[in-house]
Amino acid sequence: MKRQVPLLITFTVGAVLILSTFFPPVETMGEDFSLYFDIIAVFAFFLGGGNLIRVNSDAIAKKKKGWGFSMVTMAGFFIMLAAGLLKLWNPGGIRGDVAGTGSMFQLLYDWIFNPLGATMYALLAFYVASASYRAFRAKNRDATILLVAAFIILLGRTPLGVYATSWIPESFSILQIPNLAIWIMSSPNLAGQRAIMIGIALGVVSMSLRLILGVERTYLGVDSE
Amino acid sequence: MTVTRKSKPFLTPIILVLVFLVFLSASLFAQETASGISVAPPANVVASDFNYDRGEQAEVRWKLSSDDNGSAGVIGYEIFRAGVGSEDFVSVGLALPGESYFLDKDVQKGVGYVYKVAALYSGGQSFSDVSNAVIPELEMINWNLLNLFIIGLLIAASVIYFISHAKKGRKLFIRKIAGLEAIDEAIGRATEMGRPILFIPGINDMDDVQTIAGITILGRVARMVADYDIKINMPVSRSIVMTTARETIKEAYAGAGRPDAYNDDMVRYVTDEQFGYVAAVDGIMVREKPATCFYLGAFFAESLILAETGNSIGAIQIAGTAQPAQLPFFVAACDYTLIGEELFAASAYLSNEPKQLGSLKGQDIGKSLAMIIIIIGVISATISRAWGGSFFIWLSEFVNKISTIQN
Repeated sequence: MKRQVPLLITFTVGAVLILSTFFPPVETMGEDFSLYFDIIAVFAFFLGGGNLIRVNSDAIAKKKKGWGFSMVTMAGFFIMLAAGLLKLWNPGGIRGDVAGTGSMFQLLYDWIFNPLGATMYALLAFYVASASYRAFRAKNRDATILLVAAFIILLGRTPLGVYATSWIPESFSILQIPNLAIWIMSSPNLAGQRAIMIGIALGVVSMSLRLILGVERTYLGVDSE
Repeated sequence: MTVTRKSKPFLTPIILVLVFLVFLSASLFAQETASGISVAPPANVVASDFNYDRGEQAEVRWKLSSDDNGSAGVIGYEIFRAGVGSEDFVSVGLALPGESYFLDKDVQKGVGYVYKVAALYSGGQSFSDVSNAVIPELEMINWNLLNLFIIGLLIAASVIYFISHAKKGRKLFIRKIAGLEAIDEAIGRATEMGRPILFIPGINDMDDVQTIAGITILGRVARMVADYDIKINMPVSRSIVMTTARETIKEAYAGAGRPDAYNDDMVRYVTDEQFGYVAAVDGIMVREKPATCFYLGAFFAESLILAETGNSIGAIQIAGTAQPAQLPFFVAACDYTLIGEELFAASAYLSNEPKQLGSLKGQDIGKSLAMIIIIIGVISATISRAWGGSFFIWLSEFVNKISTIQN
């Protein structure tokens, strides 16, 4: 029973979602199932919040390695929660908009939360540089092709690329670096991307069928029937 | 005799008044020129039922105003709707200059409607005649998706055929996937080093098939982790993923005969916020220095930040995602990358079960079908463009039609 009920739910929901694509009268059922997921997610949010408090308070109580980070997490969690729930410093009072201008919640969001998120995102620029350095080393034939293609594309998008090959006559304009860069992006690169997309689509179909038909049961913790 | 001219005391004010009136009328006329010239109304407004829906949409088409020619005359169109027999028209939407189509998504099945369209100009609106009546109706089948239905049916049939084929015990050849072959090695390394394994199932929820694929691989990995008695650490960004992952790991430990070794803290919720999650996971990596990192699921801008941090601590990294834009980052920063379909094939591949492997074989039929369609399309389009020929033109259009999905 513990196995049969989840399998039955998976089959029903999966089959209805497929049918709703092709048969308009079933569309509403497909939308309803998506709504059920949102309802379950709301309840699960409390589980997540509870887990966050439990794990971090445990780390603080037992002074585990890195418990200071847990302190910061808990402080951030409760301050933000209080600012939102009690609508602290809210110009409209308790009935006003939680994100009203000047409210503590909005101030925390604008001046702490957003800059911290932007800082993490900004790290990406440095990581792109270090990853490119490793990826573009001409260790073998494939890496060399990657290096040459990347070099042409980078150069083709700068004024230097335009200037360096502007002397090539119009009849051979494909050899001008900016045009080569466009060709690489729109032909070999796009073809490769589309091949990956087709593979992904087929993979999704195959995996969905395995789940709907109950062939794939690893998520239930069992390998086979 | 001195002749003196008789002065005319009223003449000067009259001239001044006349000049003022001329200027006033000129300025008023200029104002009307700028804002008051009417434009021609749109014509031939035709309303029709939107095909293959639940009867909740109607289409409106019209012939553009003759003044809609790129000059500043027509600044847009406003679409009005009323019930059949009613004069009470209400505005239902706007369209840009040059547009002659509007989809009304707010109608009721079985109710009759009429439309009229107004060309908007700076001084007002110029209304068309009232359209024909339309009654939106429910259609049982979306025939626009017939091609998708047939292709899907073919692929599904081949998957089911190969699953049943494999059930009979026939041997199937499946090519080796390096990233999946390396899972044993990666877990073995963690065992030797006595360090934990970090498993990241992406940042999307359980309604994303990539997350489901990640969780199915987690089941296999957790089984090996339980067998080798090493620690697995799984910070997640979604509560439902947390509960699902816990169940999966718990069952894997039970399957390995060590249910008491399972601990709920193996999976912990961090935050739904993308970069907050990245900051937390990076911190865990730097502090706990896992020997192996798995990134299997849906990833976005955080992919490279996670993978480069993992690289900096010297972990073996196995990644897999179906986000094409993130694949280059994983390829550059990780030891092994499951590219697109390999992520979905992973669980079947690792299970080594004939039934599951059969589904992979069925997937190959779909790939062959795609290849055949692409080759025929490329050849027919090239020949028809270069030399013409009615057969190749028809073939090229046919291939284009069957591979295009209409809504």
